[in-house]
Amino acid sequence: MATALMTAPPEISWVDRLRAEGAEGQAAVAELHALLLKAARFEIGRRGAQLPHLRGGDQEDLAQQAADDALMAILRKLDEFRGESRFTTWAYKFALLEAAVKVRKRAWQGREIPLEDEAWSALADAGAPAGRGAEDAELFAALREEIERLGERQREVLVAVALNGVPIDVLAERLGSTRGALYKNLHDARRNLRAALASRGLRVGTGGEEEA
Amino acid sequence: MKPDVLGRVLGPGEPELTCEQCFEELDRYVELSVAGDPADARVPGMRAHLDGCPACAEDFASLRDLVTQEGD
Repeated sequence: MATALMTAPPEISWVDRLRAEGAEGQAAVAELHALLLKAARFEIGRRGAQLPHLRGGDQEDLAQQAADDALMAILRKLDEFRGESRFTTWAYKFALLEAAVKVRKRAWQGREIPLEDEAWSALADAGAPAGRGAEDAELFAALREEIERLGERQREVLVAVALNGVPIDVLAERLGSTRGALYKNLHDARRNLRAALASRGLRVGTGGEEEA
Repeated sequence: MKPDVLGRVLGPGEPELTCEQCFEELDRYVELSVAGDPADARVPGMRAHLDGCPACAEDFASLRDLVTQEGD
């Protein structure tokens, strides 16, 4: 019983062990790296379809890089672990993020980022008559006009991410920005579009569903 | 107009977390979700953000599936 009381909870124990000097700390870091590598392989494996040209050895390199980068991030941010989840769940998210970003960037490597033209055909396809032709056409026309009225950065981000399906972290790298900053641009663009449509008497609800 | 395209363009239209806040809360939200707890009530704004941000939605799905797999 005394042993049980003196043993730190596993989540706290992880943090203590990672901070320990010498062999104990090194062993904890190695154990954590193995978990991060497992998570990175998991992520890269499920995204294999995005990287058809990547050989198995290259995928393993990508997983190793993701695990290394995640480990560095985690060791920098150990103080931020609040114990609100298992330590491994907290740590996995870093490895999954690093792996996902690497896959998305690799998948878009050398590809031009479509910022304008392709978007209009996507909107045109979406606006094709489908039982409510006149109302759809009105909404489509208004939306297209209002997108053109957005500020340059808001329009650029909205078109690339929402219409052309460009991953936001890929776009952030190309534009020399961050995912968070670009999502703010996207959020502001959406808010402005909703307000503009509302001022035209075109009401849309949450989640993209038109209100009755 | 197809709702999915309209949804991608106009977003969730309700208060939502930022990408940074989403990443901070992701582990807790995933564990609540996997446990069947009311994750959306405990982490307000997360569901809306995941509806509006494809990259964060992918991150959520990956962590949920990995944690679920580990629990099997």
